[in-house]
Amino acid sequence: MQKTYYDPADLKKFGKISEWNEELGSKFFDYYGKVFEEGALTEREKSLIALAVAHTIQCPYCIDAYTGDGLQRGITKEEMMEALHVAAAIRGGASLVHGVQMMNKVNKLDM
Amino acid sequence: MIKSLHKRESELANTHKQLEILSNGIFKTGDLPTFKNKISETNQFPLKAKKLEVLQINVGYMCNQVCEHCHVDAGPDRKEIMTRTTMQQCLEVIKKTGAHTLDLTGGAPEMNPDFRWFVEEASKVGVEDVMVRSNLTIMTANKKYNDLPEFFKKHNIHVVSSMPHWTRGKTDKQRGTGVFDASINALKMLNAIGYGMPNSPLKLDLVYNPSGAFLPGNQMSLEKDFKKALKDDFDIQFHNLFAITNLPISRFLDYLIASDNYEDYMYTLVEAYNPAAVANVMCTNTISVSWDGYLYDCDFNQMLGLPINNKIKHISEYNEDLLKGRDIVISQHCYGCTAGAGSSCQGSVT
Repeated sequence: MQKTYYDPADLKKFGKISEWNEELGSKFFDYYGKVFEEGALTEREKSLIALAVAHTIQCPYCIDAYTGDGLQRGITKEEMMEALHVAAAIRGGASLVHGVQMMNKVNKLDM
Repeated sequence: MIKSLHKRESELANTHKQLEILSNGIFKTGDLPTFKNKISETNQFPLKAKKLEVLQINVGYMCNQVCEHCHVDAGPDRKEIMTRTTMQQCLEVIKKTGAHTLDLTGGAPEMNPDFRWFVEEASKVGVEDVMVRSNLTIMTANKKYNDLPEFFKKHNIHVVSSMPHWTRGKTDKQRGTGVFDASINALKMLNAIGYGMPNSPLKLDLVYNPSGAFLPGNQMSLEKDFKKALKDDFDIQFHNLFAITNLPISRFLDYLIASDNYEDYMYTLVEAYNPAAVANVMCTNTISVSWDGYLYDCDFNQMLGLPINNKIKHISEYNEDLLKGRDIVISQHCYGCTAGAGSSCQGSVT
């Protein structure tokens, strides 16, 4: 029995997803490729966004992929860590901003 | 400063040991195909030499730097230096060959005591492009080298310089403390006399090698980022960026093994194999000459001690007709030149 849910080798098999549904798989990968092309944002900026999102959704495949992608693009570790702090700040802020709801409830019920 | 593998008496200083590593392990077990088997899949074996376009001459392994990734294992302790007699033999060949590019490399080629004489003589021959691979820091390493930019200009030398990143941290980590600042100063010296300026005939190109166990990204994107950063931060300009893949030999192989990255890196190279790059690999249009005049299909083969597979072995016996069409000598390090967009001393090949 497989001992872990994640295997690094599975990342390279991502494309196989299409084998069980060619139409949707192809549409997804076409879309994925298009999203990362240079547009109003550079490919470099998109790579940093992807890295930050990867950490937010805690996807080990994506962290692996976009750390490597960033290195290839010459993105520095300082830039990578700053991007992660943006993700962490939004994620932490999302918890904390709900504190207003808590405060509203306490203020309503508490004497 | 780190020491060369030779100075450290590392077992990897022995090229047989390097070739053994590259032939055994994952390639022996069949986990990964050998380069020969891989190119055979597309009927590209044996690789054949085409018309000679680039004569690359290594004038010595001595260098003022000891870079972590150096495939030459160059350093201040390396004493292998080309003599004027061998240079004269090279000049005879340069005169009769149809090669459009003469590529002088090292070590730091400028440290060869006969370097200037050789450049002066070579530039008289009329080769279209005479390039010197300069590490930049040599220009400020000692007063006697301070006039190198002017010397290069006088002889219309195409300067090709290594620069692994536009930030101090990444550059110094790969090439040694202080290298970034010294390189920036040298680039400013070159810019000041016209090198690298838009539309200037004084060509200044940079070479990018990844500072770790990963492949170079897209050459055009990297060039754009390098140009913007160097212009914004230092007002420095250059012409083209060559993105070169690190080949798993010499000090880079040592780094891969020590950092437990060797197998993963070989998988990365093999997975990125691009058959389209095979057609344009530099060994098919290049001959590499070692400091002692022996001939190799490329600089990497020279450093692995893999001589040319031909009756002609030495520059003194050079015969273009006999060398043309020869089988190129290959091993697993060749995957480095066929990964992704391909890699050569002039950057991507596709």
